[in-house]
Amino acid sequence: MSVHKSVGHDSALKQACGTARYLDDIPEPKALLHMYIAMSGHAHAEIKSLDLTDVRAARGVACVLTADDIPGHNDVSPFGGDDPLFAEGLVEYVGQPIFAIAATSRELAIRAAKLAKIEYAPLPALTTIAQARNAGLTIENAKTIIKGDAPAAIKSAPHRLEGQFEMGGQDHFYLEGMIAMALPLEDGDVHIYSSTQNPTEIQHLVAHVLGKTQKDVTVEVRRMGGGFGGKETQPAIMAAACAIAATKTGQAVKCRLDRDDDMKMTGKRHDFIYDYDCGYDEDGRISGLDIKLESRCGRSKDLSGPINDRAMFHADNCYDLPTAKITSHRYKTHTVSNTAFRGFGGPQGMIGIEKIIEDIAFTLDKDPLDVRLINAYGDGKSNETPYGQIVKDAVVTEILAELAETSDYRGRRAAIRDFNAGSKILKKGIAITPVKFGISFTKTFLNQAGALVHVYADGSVHLNHGGTEMGQGLFIKVAQVVAEEFKIPLSHIKISATRTDKVPNTSATAASSGSDLNGMAALNAARKIKLRLMNHAAKKWGCAETDISFNDGQISGNGRSMSFADLSLSAYQARIQLSATGFYKTPKIRYNPVTLMGSPFYYYAYGAAVSEVIIDTLTGENKVTRVDILHDCGQSLNPAIDMGQIEGGFVQGMGWLTTEELVFDKAGHLKTHAPSTYKIPTIGDRPDIMNIQIWDKGRNREETIYRSKAVGEPPFMLANSVYCALTDAVCASTDYKSRATLNAPCTPEEILRAATELRRV
Amino acid sequence: MGTRNYIQFILDGEVVRESHLDPTMSVLQYLRERRMKTGTKEGCAEGDCGACTVVLRELVSGEIKTRSVNACILFVPALDGKELVTVESIGTPDAPHEIQKLVAEKHGSQCGFCTPGIIMSLIALQADDVPHTHENIGEALAGNLCRCTGYGPIIDAAKTMAPKAAFADNTEQLAELQHDDSVHLSVNIYGQDKQFFIPKTLEQLTKLRGEYPDAILLAGGTDIGLWVTKHHMTLTTIIYLGHVEALNHITQTSDALHISAGVTYADTVADLGVYYPDMDTVMRRIGAAQIRNLGTIGGNIANGSPIGDMPPLLIAAGAKLVLQGADGERIIALENYFIDYGKQDLRPGEFVREIIVPKTGEHQHYFAYKISKRFESDISAVCMGMSFDLVGGVCANVRIAYGGMAATPKRAKHAEAALENQEWNEANARAAMAALTQDFAPIDDMRASKSYRMQVAQNLILKAWLEDENQKVIHVLGPEEIEASS
Repeated sequence: MSVHKSVGHDSALKQACGTARYLDDIPEPKALLHMYIAMSGHAHAEIKSLDLTDVRAARGVACVLTADDIPGHNDVSPFGGDDPLFAEGLVEYVGQPIFAIAATSRELAIRAAKLAKIEYAPLPALTTIAQARNAGLTIENAKTIIKGDAPAAIKSAPHRLEGQFEMGGQDHFYLEGMIAMALPLEDGDVHIYSSTQNPTEIQHLVAHVLGKTQKDVTVEVRRMGGGFGGKETQPAIMAAACAIAATKTGQAVKCRLDRDDDMKMTGKRHDFIYDYDCGYDEDGRISGLDIKLESRCGRSKDLSGPINDRAMFHADNCYDLPTAKITSHRYKTHTVSNTAFRGFGGPQGMIGIEKIIEDIAFTLDKDPLDVRLINAYGDGKSNETPYGQIVKDAVVTEILAELAETSDYRGRRAAIRDFNAGSKILKKGIAITPVKFGISFTKTFLNQAGALVHVYADGSVHLNHGGTEMGQGLFIKVAQVVAEEFKIPLSHIKISATRTDKVPNTSATAASSGSDLNGMAALNAARKIKLRLMNHAAKKWGCAETDISFNDGQISGNGRSMSFADLSLSAYQARIQLSATGFYKTPKIRYNPVTLMGSPFYYYAYGAAVSEVIIDTLTGENKVTRVDILHDCGQSLNPAIDMGQIEGGFVQGMGWLTTEELVFDKAGHLKTHAPSTYKIPTIGDRPDIMNIQIWDKGRNREETIYRSKAVGEPPFMLANSVYCALTDAVCASTDYKSRATLNAPCTPEEILRAATELRRV
Repeated sequence: MGTRNYIQFILDGEVVRESHLDPTMSVLQYLRERRMKTGTKEGCAEGDCGACTVVLRELVSGEIKTRSVNACILFVPALDGKELVTVESIGTPDAPHEIQKLVAEKHGSQCGFCTPGIIMSLIALQADDVPHTHENIGEALAGNLCRCTGYGPIIDAAKTMAPKAAFADNTEQLAELQHDDSVHLSVNIYGQDKQFFIPKTLEQLTKLRGEYPDAILLAGGTDIGLWVTKHHMTLTTIIYLGHVEALNHITQTSDALHISAGVTYADTVADLGVYYPDMDTVMRRIGAAQIRNLGTIGGNIANGSPIGDMPPLLIAAGAKLVLQGADGERIIALENYFIDYGKQDLRPGEFVREIIVPKTGEHQHYFAYKISKRFESDISAVCMGMSFDLVGGVCANVRIAYGGMAATPKRAKHAEAALENQEWNEANARAAMAALTQDFAPIDDMRASKSYRMQVAQNLILKAWLEDENQKVIHVLGPEEIEASS
């Protein structure tokens, strides 16, 4: 078997030896020009004048581009039509591209940019959710999901809780920054290398900007040094600018963003304000939940619509809500346009109900686990989500119970309370939280994929599909699927770069969908060839196709046997086509994008985590000391790769909720635009004890690729347990007399603030 | 003894000589753009992510010293006399180094962009004769950010690697690089004359300093490197201190440590730690291994930053500075060096030569704390050093100094006065805390708010009391026995 096996990442050894090629490592074409993109220094201003005379005359400058130099449309948005490549008369965030310079070296391009004379007339800058709310500035109308009469249910409930908290955004901090290179071809065509999760969209947008059609543009990406959603829409800026400069100069053009420029210019995770009003009974059973989600979308639509939709779809997480009202406001601000980031709004939508459950348990003096279990989807519940999808595989109670047992959650919770009673300064906290994450793009048409498989006459196989590799192990998983279908060793399969001229009209590698979609498409292609080979062998050996079997690189039937290589040669000589395209579209998904009612997801992925933390009530310093995770990967295609996603996702989620703080000043300047000021988890932040298990009972009810489940995003939200555990620890600083509300990220400062405030209560 | 117009170093077994390159070209640029060795990656160009980590080897007093450094902020001329080892030097996919193989096999590489840097940090760890404990692995890799794995598989790989490195013995080749010549590189870059001097003796340095009073004095370059990579400044004249032997040693007298300005953090921490265990703890959180291997105590002081970690710790310890000029030396109290933001007591032609740190006395109590958003490789929101002599339960010679609370590292005179000649107890600790508001008016920035800075600065005095009273460290990172501190 090639599937369900722990096979290492196909490029791991090359990466460890420094020979895996990233875009900037490709030998540079002759006379390559280097691009620098000059950015706005104002959050909101009219550009009164733009004098680039000195820039054009500067040493080494080959080409200067402004909005006037765009042959086609000045737009690089995914669908909103509101993301100009270069600002035209108006800037709406600090970092917005205004013009670009292609010069003989990067340094000369940067120096030339300083010679620009730009006159701004500043306009009022609204940079926060509160300012946008007051001004009524939005990127689109608010949306509401309604199930029953939540306000009435809350009013008549025996208990009621209201509150508000905030959670910050997050920079992707992929280690490889944004980069693109354009090679001019004949007829004004271009070949684009881009570090992108979305080659088709780059192709579409470059064509759009050049005033050409998609056939004139080819986009290629072998691998990215990390993506996490950051390279879903944002790389279009660099690719489009390089494409214009390349067609203008006839020279190849490369644009690699410096880390600081990358962090200022490109979008991040949305920050949210979360308001809740909840009614519940003595047992902690929720009868009604009324929540308001407010997000900072930044200057344009980008993907904010679907991101906020997903936040709404995850407001219930694992809990059956008899009545619910979920309102979502999408504010426009004069800050960088926020974009996709692992979880795509899911984390922001989901964390609130975990806090609410903890609060309910606190007021009732119960273990939050019991309140979770009593509210969880499962036996005796309606199992209908607020948006009307039926949860058919409510396995979360099973996972929670199993994890509570293996992690000794209840025993440790009691021990922590004993510890806290005797510890004056240091306090510990613990929490167990579950995850239910909906799998499918919420833009339904995106749930499709294509693949291209060639079997050569020597039996070696060339594999291509629409998915991109950003480290997540998609390529090895899809190769496993093809190897399994042909029953050949993985080493016989060449994993190749994603190219728009091989597989067209693909969707971004996003929404955790990579293996589900591309695995199925590749399987479809491989199966076509396999059927032809079977037919050929059956004719050759005079038996029925059903008598032909594939095993261990050998094909057998009617007492005869042949290697896959020999059969390939034989089929080639018999003039049988050994190349096929494959296609897949996800079945069973349908919902109304306006009311948001229906079944947007093919299935759900589940998991749960227990986090234990310790805090210092004098300084707010904190540390996650132990984590236990049980995660549902269905029947994992590759447990080693999936374990990597689980641990990496958790730690990234932990970073979002603890040390990763985006600080904008009042004028809208991002003050944390490099690793010196923006702090992602280091090796020492990793909990010393991490027990991670893939749930061995996991199975996908739906017919996904080998019954596996998507795993890219769901584990990120396991880190919600860290937020809840930190809150628990802060409550311990007043001997559990009052309940703390922490805003995320829970930096030492935030923890000390909450603990201090609590002591004043 | 003469002057050469080239530098020389070893790369992949060959001695390389370079004379015509921009003296502020980074080693990273040099590898990627001049030598087409693209295995070493750029993640941040400011020494904070570790993707560019390479290993330097050099002969120091007859021993080979191996250390990890950030290639992105290291200027090429600083390679003079050393061996540069990159991820490509040590193995290939066909013949990988053990560590390369282990990291791949244990699933320690996902997107792979940080992997070459991780490999090189582990190579440096393996060259060190230390056990591969969780703690040592963590210390070796704290400066290598990975955004994919969560680090677990990398730790697994590190724990499995062989205990000691097997670098080919090239002592002779390294010895051949040693010489008595000074170096003077003079090139014209984009119409701009640039000079890079590498003096060998204090006399040469003093003379050069007199001749070029505006020259940049370059030691580890962990700050100056960023002037080029981030601020795109043109540095026309640089005097590199790395080869001035008189600036690269620690001597001890009966009552003090004399630390030359060019000694790195890494080479100081053990000696200081003997007398100031708390300083040891904080110093291990300055930057990460790659930075501590390059950055110098002298540099941390000389540039006058209000948020450098060493000044408050050393001011509390009563350290003095030796300033060397053409006309001789003068010795000042460290706190007097810092006049105002960007302004230090340094006369034209002078340079920081030495830091004198008194050894702790019999009755001396010393505390040091660093508060930052993240424990490892972060800049302090507040850093504090505190010292006093306790005789008969009464505090004397109280010195409390903070970084991050004012435009310079500064003593808290009012807080000190509140404790001086007072009993060391909680009430008086609280009095000192209250007095602190008269000492400082901190500012808001991206690292912390002014109110947090003040609150935590106050609480650190209380923490010192509680730790002293309970005779134990109270910290979330341990030690394990942290119960019942009341």
